[in-house]
Amino acid sequence: MRRASSLRGLPGLLALAVLPTAVLVVLFVVPVAGMLGRGVVVDGRPDLGGVLEVLGRPRVHRVLWFTVWSSGLATIVAVLLGVPAAFVAHRLRFPGRSLVRLLLLVPFVLPTVVVGVAFRQLVGEGGPLGGLGLDGSAAAIVAGLVFFNVSVVVRGVGAAWAGLDPRPAQAAAALGASPRQVLTTVTLPALRPAIVSSASVVFLFCATAFGIVLTLGGLRYSSVETEIYLLTTQLLDLRAAAALSLLQIASVVALLLVAARARPADATGRGSDAPRLRPRRIVAADVPALVVTAAVLTLVVAPLAMLVIGSLRVDGAWSLAAYRALDTTGGGNALVVPVTTAVQISLRTAVDATWMALLLGLLVSVAVTRRSRGRAERRVRTVLDGLFMLPLGVSAVTLGFGLLITLSRPPLDLRDSPLLVPLAQALVALPLVVRTLAPLLGGIDDRQRQAAASMGADPVRAWLSVELPVIARPLLAVAGLAFAVSLGEFGATSFLARDARPTLPVVIVRLLGRPGGLNYEMALAASVVLAATTALVMLAIERLRVPAGVL
Amino acid sequence: MTRARPTSLTTLAAGLLALSALAGCSLGGPGTEEASGSDGAAPTKVVLVTHDSFSLPKALIAQFEKDTGYDLQVRSSGDAGTLTSQLVLNADDPVADVAYGVDNTFGSRALQAQVFTPVDVTEPAGAAAYDLPGDDAHALRPVDQGNVCVNVDDTWFAAKGLTPPRTFDDLLDPRYRGLLVTPGATTSSPGLAFLLATIARYGEDGWQDYWRRLLANGTKVVSGWSDAYEVDFTQGGGKGRRPIVVSYDSSPAFTVDGKGGTTTSALLDTCFQQVEYVGALRGAANEAGAKAVVAWLQSPEVQAALPESMYVFPVAEGTALPKDWARFAKQPASPASVAPERIAEQRDTWLRQWSDLVGS
Repeated sequence: MRRASSLRGLPGLLALAVLPTAVLVVLFVVPVAGMLGRGVVVDGRPDLGGVLEVLGRPRVHRVLWFTVWSSGLATIVAVLLGVPAAFVAHRLRFPGRSLVRLLLLVPFVLPTVVVGVAFRQLVGEGGPLGGLGLDGSAAAIVAGLVFFNVSVVVRGVGAAWAGLDPRPAQAAAALGASPRQVLTTVTLPALRPAIVSSASVVFLFCATAFGIVLTLGGLRYSSVETEIYLLTTQLLDLRAAAALSLLQIASVVALLLVAARARPADATGRGSDAPRLRPRRIVAADVPALVVTAAVLTLVVAPLAMLVIGSLRVDGAWSLAAYRALDTTGGGNALVVPVTTAVQISLRTAVDATWMALLLGLLVSVAVTRRSRGRAERRVRTVLDGLFMLPLGVSAVTLGFGLLITLSRPPLDLRDSPLLVPLAQALVALPLVVRTLAPLLGGIDDRQRQAAASMGADPVRAWLSVELPVIARPLLAVAGLAFAVSLGEFGATSFLARDARPTLPVVIVRLLGRPGGLNYEMALAASVVLAATTALVMLAIERLRVPAGVL
Repeated sequence: MTRARPTSLTTLAAGLLALSALAGCSLGGPGTEEASGSDGAAPTKVVLVTHDSFSLPKALIAQFEKDTGYDLQVRSSGDAGTLTSQLVLNADDPVADVAYGVDNTFGSRALQAQVFTPVDVTEPAGAAAYDLPGDDAHALRPVDQGNVCVNVDDTWFAAKGLTPPRTFDDLLDPRYRGLLVTPGATTSSPGLAFLLATIARYGEDGWQDYWRRLLANGTKVVSGWSDAYEVDFTQGGGKGRRPIVVSYDSSPAFTVDGKGGTTTSALLDTCFQQVEYVGALRGAANEAGAKAVVAWLQSPEVQAALPESMYVFPVAEGTALPKDWARFAKQPASPASVAPERIAEQRDTWLRQWSDLVGS
């Protein structure tokens, strides 16, 4: 057993964490600190009074309150809709299950601008739902946030649900518990870590949403993120922008602490040899969950349908002209490369971003979930865990701007490196990877590792036989998610992409902003291609999975 | 239990392999060109930083590289505001050699931060008319110009038998209630130009009252130009419901009906002129290269390519316009203007006041 300690303790922890930490420092800490420094430090001295003055402004209070309630409400709705949908998509067997899963994921990868256009065609004055008067309302913002984020809940909770040890539920049922009692007393408590994880990720996504608030809110609502954008790019009031960014960081830290408390301290999860729950057929008791899932699908499909229809309508008639134009550079040569080339660039970038996110995510997850010996080590792990969640909750504007002003000069002259965009995208996907893998690794009974070690397995061998089987399937799932995130990523990419190598979302936004020819229809067609490409990749990944029961 | 599970491992490996195979090679793929000659000998590259609307024909860029021997590296991100903020933040240690895209609403801010340094380049005839007022050292050279104007859908008004509006005052008329859509001043550059046009027309004391009444008359404010024009405007790609939109003087050239006419027109009494500038950055690594780029952007070839590449008018006199532009893109004789230094002083206040008006 002593032999296993080579990977233990602080040195082992640091060895695992060194690569991810280096990436995080270069692509996140340095740029954000650069922006904060310019805002907070006046004449070489930190001006905290100035920061406090900003936080006391009534406008800031309004902005903050809107951010909190809209994100909170969107998170609650996303969880209420997402958990039943996760059950249906991952626990039930019915024809078209893969399609349902795919549809539930697609929104997550669409660039905000495209979703904004799709939503506005739906609820705008001329749209089928125009009569509801939702355009430019807070309700539209919340609906948009839910549209984007419900897939996070479905994926996160669904993966955990599929991996649940069925025996406690079976035991409870055998002891006479009703299905409802089993759900509330056994299943939901077991899923709590996954639900809390997903909800905190969703809240952070909502609180830093930018395009949705502006596009669907008609500029009537300001969130912390849109305010940072206004302050940074239009007003160049870096002090106020830094104050708000600091507030974001403080909120992320607070939220992570709350989420960590909500997770059970002593999770005794399933071992690698526990039987796996098989998807089962639909029974009458599933009707409520099916109804909710149908509602979610409607929410997801309606805007997507508007995209598809829009891409097929040219001059008032049905036509494939917009799709045929995808191998051109658009009306008035709006693009530097044809859309088809951008698709290839996007796929290549996504491959790189995916393996980077998985590699970094695995290292971080392993580092933060090993049982700590001693308080110092535990503290380092907690800090590490939080550090890698920070990118979720920190302004993309602050980060993007920070990247612009720090990465272009030695010693970090990465601006022209082909690795920069995939690395930045990997960093965006990293928290999703960690939040998926860490709870599973943390749930493994440490006695299994000790048993493996006592039977002579070295740490790597022990890891392969104990941990890997537990996370192999979720790893594939999260690989697909990382791939999808990379395909759809626009925030960081728009700051960093090189002109000659634009990704698909960059090209779509460019087409939307250029009049002439079929540019608008091409933008919609390209969005459909983006959604379809993502769906195909996801489908391939799902198909790769071995049939249930073998794992 | 100590036995590794070959099935899951192989699956995992196969999955990752297939993923990589999906996109052929990765790590940037082909064309990961890398040419740099930074220090020491004569620089071989010149770095142009610009906004994300920048676009010029490849052939022109190739010709520039052939003529000068420089490798032109273009770094574009964000709008004119993002560009200016970026330049100001790096004023003492520029990350590029030359910048294009700072306009007359942001020019003063860049000049105050001493971002630019004058270069000795002979300007084309007619360009001087667009020089930035207050730029005494002539550090900023005009490249292109265009106007933000209210546009109307003439076919919509003809079908309704309604006379289209002509002036700012007309937009307050109840007959045009709920017909105007505009991009926001805080989130889009045409939106800001429209706000400045109303400030020029109604004065610093009167514009807020005008906007209150404009909003009360059912004006819709949206995030960006593509939201306003493509989604809400009746002649946009999404066939919206509003026949009056804030767009550009060149927009009518893009709504030709194929029968010798255009379906929209710009209201020339509602225009605000935008001029975009190029300037060499103070402290640039490649000063000669920066100068070459300034001269290039003012050259007859680039000037002639501007309308079709970036939807703006050239500043050089006598530059031929594309056919549709010559016929349908009318420019106002005397567009509104606000002194650049006044914009620099008041922008924050105006944007905050405007934002509060729209948000209430």
